Amino acid sequence: MTALPDAAGHWGPYGGRFVPEALIAALDQLAEEHERALHDEAFLAELDDLQRNYAGRPTPLTEAKRFGAAIGARVFLKREDLAHTGSHKINNVLGQALLTKRMGKTRVIAETGAGQHGVATATAAALFGFECTVYMGEEDTRRQALNVARMQLLGAEVIPVTTGTQTLKDATNEAFRDWVANVETTHYAIGSVVGPHPFPMLVRDFQRIIGVEARGQILERIGRLPDAAIACVGGGSNAMGLFHRFITDAEVQLIGCEAGGDGIETGRHAAPLTIGSPGVLHGARSYLMQDDDGQTLDTHSISAGLDYPGVGPEHAWLRDEHRAVYRGVTDTDAMAALELLARTEGILCAIESAHAFAGAQQWAAENGPDKVIVISCSGRGDKDVDTAARWFSLL
Amino acid sequence: MTRIDELFTTTRAAGRAALVGYLPVGFPDVPTSIAAMIAMIDGGVDLVEVGVPYTDPGIDGPVIQVAVDLALRAGTRVAHVFEAVEQVSAHAPAVVMGYWNPIEKLTPKVFAQRLKDAGGSGAITPDLIPEEAGPWLDAALQHDLDPIFLVAPSSTDARLDVVGRTNRGFVYAASTMGVTGTRDTVSNRAEELVARMRQHTTLPVGVGLGVSNGAQAAEVAGYADAVIVGSAFVRALQDGGADAVRRLAEDLSEGVRRKA
Ligand SMILES: Cc1ncc(COP(=O)(O)O)c(C=O)c1O
Repeated sequence: MTALPDAAGHWGPYGGRFVPEALIAALDQLAEEHERALHDEAFLAELDDLQRNYAGRPTPLTEAKRFGAAIGARVFLKREDLAHTGSHKINNVLGQALLTKRMGKTRVIAETGAGQHGVATATAAALFGFECTVYMGEEDTRRQALNVARMQLLGAEVIPVTTGTQTLKDATNEAFRDWVANVETTHYAIGSVVGPHPFPMLVRDFQRIIGVEARGQILERIGRLPDAAIACVGGGSNAMGLFHRFITDAEVQLIGCEAGGDGIETGRHAAPLTIGSPGVLHGARSYLMQDDDGQTLDTHSISAGLDYPGVGPEHAWLRDEHRAVYRGVTDTDAMAALELLARTEGILCAIESAHAFAGAQQWAAENGPDKVIVISCSGRGDKDVDTAARWFSLL
Repeated sequence: MTRIDELFTTTRAAGRAALVGYLPVGFPDVPTSIAAMIAMIDGGVDLVEVGVPYTDPGIDGPVIQVAVDLALRAGTRVAHVFEAVEQVSAHAPAVVMGYWNPIEKLTPKVFAQRLKDAGGSGAITPDLIPEEAGPWLDAALQHDLDPIFLVAPSSTDARLDVVGRTNRGFVYAASTMGVTGTRDTVSNRAEELVARMRQHTTLPVGVGLGVSNGAQAAEVAGYADAVIVGSAFVRALQDGGADAVRRLAEDLSEGVRRKA
């Protein structure tokens, strides 16, 4: 199961390449460069140096004793919020920046929802001296204004996208359009385990370090594997990063928490694995939210980073194989968990990550006391202070 | 021989390029879009690309994006596409131009059956490559529909070969690396691409992306078997209705007969 995908990027029926012919040459080049890099000691050493001495890895595994007591489980947090730029997104971007350099490209572009991937990309671009353009839905530029300013301070150009739903989906469309036109000089640093092959595999390979570290740390700390590993799922990169090393550990349940928005039953959510169906969006086949005509449906989530109608193909495969389970977590439950974590642990997490904390709370209630849970704390909440303050009527 | 084969036999015999025109179904509403497609044929378009509106048109520029967005918001459904094909194909051969997911959702089998029943001749699928097209190729060939894939300036010779061996009807060569939209000049990479493509196929090769007037059409007709025009028709329909569409078709049609 971990040997997948196949050479053309398929996990069973999922993944693949559904893109204009114009991009195939660039995808082939990227796949070849990635393959070479993974077997190149110099590349691996350079990435390792960046991870350690620039991004601050390994990130700690923090036991959340008071939060654990409140939800009735033994809880460990994988602290991606402590990585440079404040989320796991930097893991992927540093890897892709090194590949960009190897391919001789001088410009990077990215899509971003919450702005965390945009900030990480702008950061790497500054570090490597690349030109950088970030596409962001206009609605998201409003709800994540702090991150827009961060990207601009780092020297990136931020282009608000006004088409469609003005969120992550439309930012992704715009990034693809830019890439087709500028592919000779430009690398599209996609921000999650989505898109055409080799992106879902490549991003997973760079995020896998989350689970590799977490597995080693928990074994060292308590001498056994956890009962569950839980992460939020937007496109699915922090979840795939946490899950991948545990896939062959059958005793570890893998649980992904999607955005349940106003509630799955209302239709106002972003939970394709919970209630969507297989289809093709943004270059790959996976689960997605679509109508009877195959048109992509509008999504809703309080969290810009989870407000996306698709999901990475490897998650679709893990779902169908029953190796991972996915559940929708509502805005309300996520915000309650955000507050609980803040008050019990002094950690203000991103609203995306709060979905994983709420999911853990539910899972603990269903599975009885004394279970051990590792949760991906995928990002910190600074960018969300405005949204949270409004939610709790503090503004 | 399909209707598309017949068309190119005729145009080749006449020593001219074919004129292919695109409009999306449902812009600004379903009846107007169909009337505009028929006006296009009156003006001299030989083959109509009936556009399936889609929420995420990845290789379309702003003109077509806005048009399909309006079409969808006005309630256009895939069923309307088959209605359009039925009416248009009474006047000229018609292919659908559609992103893959709406076809996959209906299933390739049912899509092909309904397209055939409506009188369609094939489908251009801009985000589908031959390697991912297995079930679609089976369904299309079973119904004698032409599957039409694209090539681009970045395509390697190996890929031109795959497309050359898979396509029926004609090959769609994207003139430039970029999205749809009118441009002041048609990229000079188009001519080179057509020449490379001809080493891998005897099928006609059409060139699209960027053509908007008779002079450009004449230039492209100098080296290609078909001149494909999309955004310029959408803009004409938006600015001047079916009459403007007919006039643009007349200008382009004169162009494909003139040759630069
Ligand atoms: C902190 C944080 N967590 C999670 C996500 C969701 O992305 P993914 O599912 O790829 O991890 C985002 C996306 O913006 C994010 O900023």
